[in-house]
Amino acid sequence: MTEQNVAVPEAQKPPMTERTRHHERYVAPPVDIYETREGLVVLADVPGVAPEALDVRVDHNVLTIRGHARHGVPGEVTYREYDLVNFFRQFELNDKVDQRYITADLKSGVLTVHVPKAQEAKPRQIEVQVA
Amino acid sequence: MATWNPWHTLETVRRELDHVFDDSGPRAAPAFRTAFLPGRAARQYPLTNLYEDKDAVYLEALAPGVDAATLELSVVGNTLSISGEKRRVAGEVQPEAFHRSERATGKFVRQIHLPMEVDEQHVHADYKDGLLIVTLPKAAKAKPKQIAVQIG
Repeated sequence: MTEQNVAVPEAQKPPMTERTRHHERYVAPPVDIYETREGLVVLADVPGVAPEALDVRVDHNVLTIRGHARHGVPGEVTYREYDLVNFFRQFELNDKVDQRYITADLKSGVLTVHVPKAQEAKPRQIEVQVA
Repeated sequence: MATWNPWHTLETVRRELDHVFDDSGPRAAPAFRTAFLPGRAARQYPLTNLYEDKDAVYLEALAPGVDAATLELSVVGNTLSISGEKRRVAGEVQPEAFHRSERATGKFVRQIHLPMEVDEQHVHADYKDGLLIVTLPKAAKAKPKQIAVQIG
């Protein structure tokens, strides 16, 4: 799985960072990716993103994560260390994963995407025949 | 007829230079502000924003994936302490299984000095979508008092 920035029809609205062109800013969320026997697990920190504001899709072998973060506090800001901005990141999937069974779940600001391996890419125990 | 005033020219230059600096740095250019979680080397975690209205001070902290059971908050005077732990993954994963590891994890403690006295009895905290939101009602003596103007 490699990180990608590919023009995908659905992801056409690009993550512009130049503020002169686009008032919405995007950042790449930090991710952890680890491998299990069944597949890959992608964990992304997306604080402030509600489940309905998160968009995870697979298109043309590209996994796209996009989320809109919102503040949850009334009142006027008096001291600021961070801005909540939108999240956007893409990963290219190879044919060793089974795209049909990708699942995603969001819990307390962490997105977990399970990317199962394709059957032919799974490790297989080979019995040794003893003559 | 306009006379040339060198001080005026200097003032103009100074103002233009100020503009140059206004366009960079964390204060004016939001692009330079920390937009998401800092890396592991961050000195303070979690990052917090403070908000205020007439009745309360609100603290919002970026803390995705923190184990809710480990979160501890305490208020003494006008100091709020937050501590907790963020685990990398829920179960056991061998270090060699990781392809990427960018998220900051570990135990954290942070103390925040609040701008005023708060009512310690009525502080409450919510943890939603990875944001910790603490509502700290202002102490009675810290609230603004309306003073009626007597018209004689």
